[in-house]
Amino acid sequence: MSFLTVLYACVFYAATVIFVGGLVAKIRCYARTPAPLKIPTTPAPTTTGGVVLRMAREVALFESLFKSNKWIWLFGWLFHVSLLLVIVRHLRYFTEPVWFWVAMAQPFGTYAGFAMVAGLGGLWARRFLVDRVRYISTPSDHLILLLLIGIGTSGLGMRFVNHTDIVGVKNFFLGLMTFNLQPLPSDPALLVHLSLVALLMVIFPISKLLHAPGVFFSPTRNQTDDSRERRHLAPWAVKFDAASGSKSE
Amino acid sequence: MAAPQFEVPKLTGNIEVPAVKEGAAAHIKSFPANAGIQEIIGFPGGSEPGELIDGWHDKAIAKMGDLLGRYRSLRVFMDACVHCGACTDKCHYFIGTGDPKNMPVARQELMRSVYRRHFTFAGKYFPSLVGAKDLTKELVEDWYKYYYQCSECRRCSVFCPYGIDTAEVTMAGREILDTIGYGQKYTNEIMGKLHKIGNNLGLPGPALQDTLEGLEEDILDATGVAVKLPLDVKGAEVLLITPSADFFAEPHVESLMGYGKVFHASGTSWTLSSKASEAGNFGMFIGSYENTRRAAMRIREAALELGVKRIVVGECGHAWRVAYSFWNTLIGVGAGGTDPFSIELQKQLDPRYPAPQHICEFTNDLIKQGKLKFDKSLNDHRVVTFHDSCNVARGSRMGDIPGGQFIIPREVIKAVVNNYYDMAEETIGESTFCCGGGGGILTDDLLEIRVKGALPRMEALNNVVQDHKVNFLALICAICKAQFNKVVPFYGFDMSMVGGVHQLVSTAILLEKEEE
Repeated sequence: MSFLTVLYACVFYAATVIFVGGLVAKIRCYARTPAPLKIPTTPAPTTTGGVVLRMAREVALFESLFKSNKWIWLFGWLFHVSLLLVIVRHLRYFTEPVWFWVAMAQPFGTYAGFAMVAGLGGLWARRFLVDRVRYISTPSDHLILLLLIGIGTSGLGMRFVNHTDIVGVKNFFLGLMTFNLQPLPSDPALLVHLSLVALLMVIFPISKLLHAPGVFFSPTRNQTDDSRERRHLAPWAVKFDAASGSKSE
Repeated sequence: MAAPQFEVPKLTGNIEVPAVKEGAAAHIKSFPANAGIQEIIGFPGGSEPGELIDGWHDKAIAKMGDLLGRYRSLRVFMDACVHCGACTDKCHYFIGTGDPKNMPVARQELMRSVYRRHFTFAGKYFPSLVGAKDLTKELVEDWYKYYYQCSECRRCSVFCPYGIDTAEVTMAGREILDTIGYGQKYTNEIMGKLHKIGNNLGLPGPALQDTLEGLEEDILDATGVAVKLPLDVKGAEVLLITPSADFFAEPHVESLMGYGKVFHASGTSWTLSSKASEAGNFGMFIGSYENTRRAAMRIREAALELGVKRIVVGECGHAWRVAYSFWNTLIGVGAGGTDPFSIELQKQLDPRYPAPQHICEFTNDLIKQGKLKFDKSLNDHRVVTFHDSCNVARGSRMGDIPGGQFIIPREVIKAVVNNYYDMAEETIGESTFCCGGGGGILTDDLLEIRVKGALPRMEALNNVVQDHKVNFLALICAICKAQFNKVVPFYGFDMSMVGGVHQLVSTAILLEKEEE
């Protein structure tokens, strides 16, 4: 087994552990931190079903962003939907036989790569062109965009310019999943692509990419507007009731 | 009006997004609280106002850790922002000043940079890469300035794709500042008066009694009808909790007389309370759960002592947010609680009505039932528009359906006036612009930011003044009333155009004269 294969196998095992472990830890932290007061941004749904719908619109359509700024919405939504299609398409490298809906998504996923990079380009351009966004951009904001663009372009390169040994790549990943190492092709574009993906997985739980799980825990979006009908009390606030009875002082 | 020491923005007919002007509002800073003021509300103070206490750095970081563990909002909001820029043009203080630290994301970033440094892996090991910063005295100074240039209006939270609410960050920032001795004089002094005396003005019971008797005489003189403004009446059906400004400030008292007339005309027995003579609750402004709860407890106690069946809240924006959204949690005013604390009050309150109820809900119900008679033509000298107060619009509700807080006050207004026009849609409803004086900003030492922060609202108002000759800005918030009263003259409007919704009700309502 080549050094390269072993190295990349280790990198992906480590990246997966960090990605999954980090996200689980963060999600547990969000879930366990109480929201002591009712703070939905109103008008808000008055039922749980309404909240599910609000959250679905937020996650699938970026409703609030649409209200806010059509350019950010266009580039951001384009990027995220394209990324979803690209990821679905990539499932074919981890499944044998390939699921039918993954096969169906194949042509869309292929061209979504271009849309994804275009969306990222638009988002990045705003960081230079809009003075307000320029002011708030940190080096990591630029680098994360660069990282995603690097992943996109190296992938597109392998699909449309210089084909890699895709059968070999699939064997490598199927092997990883069954702890049965198979050789990894040593195409430079592939190695760049995979390195960047591993890096993305590693930084996911320690960066602003936490907006993905975070949005589901945002109290202004996930709370029902029912404060007059239901009493909402955080565990740490229960002691105040007992201490005061009906008197405050 | 004395000439201002700053340039008042010119009205252009459009709400324009300014270019970034770094430091444009860096000279605007409210007076800090002294140690005496701090201690009354349970916080330490340095030897001079604004001087940090010993060990301030570690205490600030420890407090941040405490809040991160107690508030999911703060925890999630510190992580989730991607610096997309959606909020950058949404804050009225940014629109009015161009200072980039008044962009919601940058205001949050003052805290987020410290959060990253102390509570995240990336910020501990790669601080400059992710914009992590140590909490220095200079940064504390920026916190104080810019967390008191936020009115906690939540407009940014409407537009954030993750619902990040800068008000939550501002509240946490203020609580941390209070913990290290750096409180604001205006807010904290008022908080202390509320705890000690029962209202923000420090008006004791006998003075309140006198004031109310004077107002009763005024109503009698004007209408020939003996409308009562009762105080501390045991067994009354309704307890009215209203901002103390309603007792003496103009135009606030006009609305108080309006409430009194509505109660009188509908034959509802009601009372004010000298113990709970304040709807306002500045505890929310400083993010202090304990102070907010302690202040609200007076209302629970008054309700229990007076044996009332219903609790109605007067025209006050943040008070309605506290009442509607927080009272059930804090003091058990509301339904659904199954613990002894909640049940004690639920047994007493009439379950046929929501608790608490907004005065506009109360009046609108009576209008719908045909129990009030109006002569709308008495308001014909007025052309009215309505300003949605931020805390009502984005932090609460009225009625049964989402958005009822936009419908019900307008229904009340349209029942009593003939000439009504809304301001531009993107400046009302959930997108409403703050008056510029809410959230602990309503102090003369912050006049410049109040005037500049009012700019987008003034633009929208000016457009309906030009197009429809609007001459009355109807409000349901004591702070909005005081703020606009002070600020509209800077933009060339007459302060007499500022008034309350129940002021309009008061003008048009027909009272039956008793037989002599």
